[in-house]
Amino acid sequence: MAVNKESNGYTFGFAIAMVVVVGTILSLLAIGLKPMREANNIQKKQLEILSAFIDLDNAGISRKNVKDKFQEFVNLEEAVVLNYKGEVIDGVYDVKGNIVPGSAFDVDIQQEYKDKKRAGEHKNYPLFIATQNGKKLYVIPVVGKGLWGPIWGNICLSEDMNTIEGASFGHKGETPGLGAEITQKFFVNRWIGEKVSNESGEFTKFEIVKDGSGNAAEKKVDGITGGTITSKGVEEMANRCLVVYAAYFQNLKNSAK
Amino acid sequence: MSEVVKTKAPSEPLFSKKNRKLITDPLTDNNPVTIQVLGICSALAITVQVMQGVVMGLSVIFVTIMGNLVISMLRNMIPSKIRIIVQLVVVAALVIIVDQVLAAFLPDLSAKLSVFVGLIITNCIIMGRLEAFAMANKPWPSVMDGLGNGLGYAGLLVLVAFFRELFGSGSLFGYPVLGSPIPTEDSPLGTGLFALGYANNNMMVLPPMALIIVGVIIWVQRARNKELQETH
Repeated sequence: MAVNKESNGYTFGFAIAMVVVVGTILSLLAIGLKPMREANNIQKKQLEILSAFIDLDNAGISRKNVKDKFQEFVNLEEAVVLNYKGEVIDGVYDVKGNIVPGSAFDVDIQQEYKDKKRAGEHKNYPLFIATQNGKKLYVIPVVGKGLWGPIWGNICLSEDMNTIEGASFGHKGETPGLGAEITQKFFVNRWIGEKVSNESGEFTKFEIVKDGSGNAAEKKVDGITGGTITSKGVEEMANRCLVVYAAYFQNLKNSAK
Repeated sequence: MSEVVKTKAPSEPLFSKKNRKLITDPLTDNNPVTIQVLGICSALAITVQVMQGVVMGLSVIFVTIMGNLVISMLRNMIPSKIRIIVQLVVVAALVIIVDQVLAAFLPDLSAKLSVFVGLIITNCIIMGRLEAFAMANKPWPSVMDGLGNGLGYAGLLVLVAFFRELFGSGSLFGYPVLGSPIPTEDSPLGTGLFALGYANNNMMVLPPMALIIVGVIIWVQRARNKELQETH
């Protein structure tokens, strides 16, 4: 039986059969690999939180063992979610501003940052509490934008809830060699030792400077030459996010007095 | 009955001279990037590090081989009216497979390659080989052709990435072969060559430099092979 390959019927039949076959293969693959992709995302988040206070390379922490290490350092039951005023909320805001059950770890601040439907006062501010060498550490995830795309980071405060103990920054696609250097140790180290609030407990803004004075002066951090817009992005990100947590820590200290 | 026997061509050995040529030609005198100037876009974008070039090259090799194989097997069934659409669907499906597998097993590298894996779909080398070769040839030569063109692309990618990573970041495969430019307390200028005052060429990590390197490679290749020179 000869088939007329140029007939419309054959063409439609071929197209339909092809789409069904390709669609089936791809959806099976997507379903099959979904658990791995989800595990990867959790690992990445855990690595980023840990990298705020541990040198991952030196400590030998990689995707393989991050699950155990994360549990060793971070107690997710202590983690809280704050609103934009720095008050603890019981649950998390959904996109419409209703408080729904949810955990700090599941909050995707990068998604919330770029979500235009979500009002500013309905953003969630998760706070993770870690323990290292018997000391409590407070890990604050931050998100902002650089020159080409999103930047993010985790800033770790020491036991006094004020001094920056460590940090890590990440970016989607900043210029290699310039803005992308924010992930490097030399830039991160410039933040260490800075204080979030002044002596009277008020949050004061960080400033990225170009004249190299950041090393000596408080609340000033040296930027990256040639990476001005990305550096400024980090400054804006730190100021916008940290002010919320500063209010929370101040309340916590006041109530303890 | 005798007619059937007559039309059957003598079977060729798998790696006959003709088949070998299908692999070696695209590596040198008919390189898809330097001679046909296809697939330049991704060659500029993801050649900052050698490792990225290798993974991208392997991804493209997979897509060219499998794409050529599938299209060649279907070539007598594909209605000619929608043949380009069929080719696109096959290529798109293969690229999505590559993207998903990379995201599942090499998540960090996959994040670095970002959209460029998806953009393999638009790589002219693949569509070009499907239309020019796989639609008219048997599966095995098509596989050879796909392998050859994929290797030609991957080889050039790695070559460009070698120069860009070496002179742009002082490292190869992430290993600091020229020393580290990051200042420490002991050596304020960094280690290795950097301690002597050497500095990375920041231009190297930006895409325009890839274009210049590809240009130099084309220049060297044509200078060595008179047949490739065009006369006007």
